[in-house]
Amino acid sequence: MNGEIAPTKAITLEELRNTPGFPSEKRLSLGRVAVIECPEEIPCNPCEFACPKEAIKIGQPITNLPQLIEERCDGCGICIPSCPGLAIFVVDLTYSKTQALVEFPHEFLPLPKDGQEVDATDRHGKVLTKGEVVKVRNPKGYNSTPVISLAVPRRYANEVRGILGGVRIG
Amino acid sequence: MDAEVAVVGAGPAGLSASIEAARLGAKIVLIDENGKPGGQLFKQIHKFFGSMEHLAGLRGYDIGNKLWQRAMELKINVMLNTTVFGIFGDKTLGLLTTMGSEILRAQRIILATGGSENTIAFPGWTLPGVMGAGAAQTLINVHRVLPGKRILMVGSGNVGLIVSYQLLQAGAEVVALVEAAPKIGGYRVHAAKIQRAGVPIMVSHTVKRAHGRDYVEAATIVRVDDDLKMIPGTEKTFDVDTICLAVGLTPLSELAWMSGCKFIFVPTLGGHVPIHNEDLETTVEGIYVAGDIAGIEEASIAMEEGRLAGIAAAESLGYAREEATKLKKEIKERVQQLRRGPFGEDRYLAKQRIMKVAPR
Repeated sequence: MNGEIAPTKAITLEELRNTPGFPSEKRLSLGRVAVIECPEEIPCNPCEFACPKEAIKIGQPITNLPQLIEERCDGCGICIPSCPGLAIFVVDLTYSKTQALVEFPHEFLPLPKDGQEVDATDRHGKVLTKGEVVKVRNPKGYNSTPVISLAVPRRYANEVRGILGGVRIG
Repeated sequence: MDAEVAVVGAGPAGLSASIEAARLGAKIVLIDENGKPGGQLFKQIHKFFGSMEHLAGLRGYDIGNKLWQRAMELKINVMLNTTVFGIFGDKTLGLLTTMGSEILRAQRIILATGGSENTIAFPGWTLPGVMGAGAAQTLINVHRVLPGKRILMVGSGNVGLIVSYQLLQAGAEVVALVEAAPKIGGYRVHAAKIQRAGVPIMVSHTVKRAHGRDYVEAATIVRVDDDLKMIPGTEKTFDVDTICLAVGLTPLSELAWMSGCKFIFVPTLGGHVPIHNEDLETTVEGIYVAGDIAGIEEASIAMEEGRLAGIAAAESLGYAREEATKLKKEIKERVQQLRRGPFGEDRYLAKQRIMKVAPR
């Protein structure tokens, strides 16, 4: 076993589906909903306080995994910039006939423009497809964590988690 | 000069200690060798983990600003650009200020001196371009200077993961992150951030050598076995101009040694740690420790330990005796919560070990 070994895999969709922060297939099919990709018991709870619908439960101790109470979540996305781990996304499978909307935090400059076509990337930064930037939100309350809404072909909705981006110098 | 409580170090622990002790009425002198307070807080541009009580969700520098503002409201006497060069019998501190040396007599001392970065030695490690991850973080976030364009990060604890992310934000390329252990050390959500940005994390790998004549031009990494022995034939060399080392921290404990505090060796907490009890008092009566000197953890715990030490020191001077018991209990409960889960449990047990041998 002295050959090449691949870089460590990012967390897989299967692992995430087994965490209490991941919405069910059924809930996903109904439209906008938060997807919490937080698989470890770490002491952290800002998302619980960010949600105006009390749709995220951590409770005591604060190392509990965040639980998405999916029938309460309307996918408003206010939890996205509240997460210090940048681990919350919003997915809307009902965005259009062929496209899903994926919303994610993006703390890199320059920010893309609304309407721009960009390379959509997966959990390893690999380009999967082209996506269209529907909206970049960066209000003061987000505290410098802009949130990008990206339209992508629907089959990539659970894989796309970012865009190629950020400053590249030299 | 005299103080009821001398606090050494104005990072998250020292500021929190000063604020609590001052709030309860004690006369504080807070000393820091740097020109600015806040310790490492002002270079932490990421949002902090923790509970809402620990100001989680705020970025580190905002937490620093909040603490500093509170210290100013309480009119705490702060001496910046001042080094404590020694502690002598009966809590006399030797200070080196910009004006010369001075003596400070204190009734209680809280040591909140923090930690220092570890390093590892390998061929080429003295070349310019090899630096601590903390140094790189200071360069990008405080001085706004990019240390290099192509980075190899060594170490996958939260420091290595977070600094990699911030180097990406600053415009560098993190070519790879190597970790000698067989798994990622820090939080997976931090790892996920840099993985999403395309950074390969290579576990069971370490840096073998840095290449270059006058500065780093390339690095060779190598796979290691379960005993961390390099496996010949698995080397890979690629161009980098910077190698950042994020291989842990060690408590900065010289002043505690000098004061005659007894120590215990606890690898989980970074090495030799002054023995301390639940109130953070060391084996020398009236000398307390808080933050990374009391065991390497993180900023939320440093703030809580600071508060606890500040309250305990004030209480021992006769301030707010009834209130103190309640406050200390609340803080201890919160700290216990922070030390739960797979990342906190070892530290919890290590701290228990220390307290078992501590004087009551």
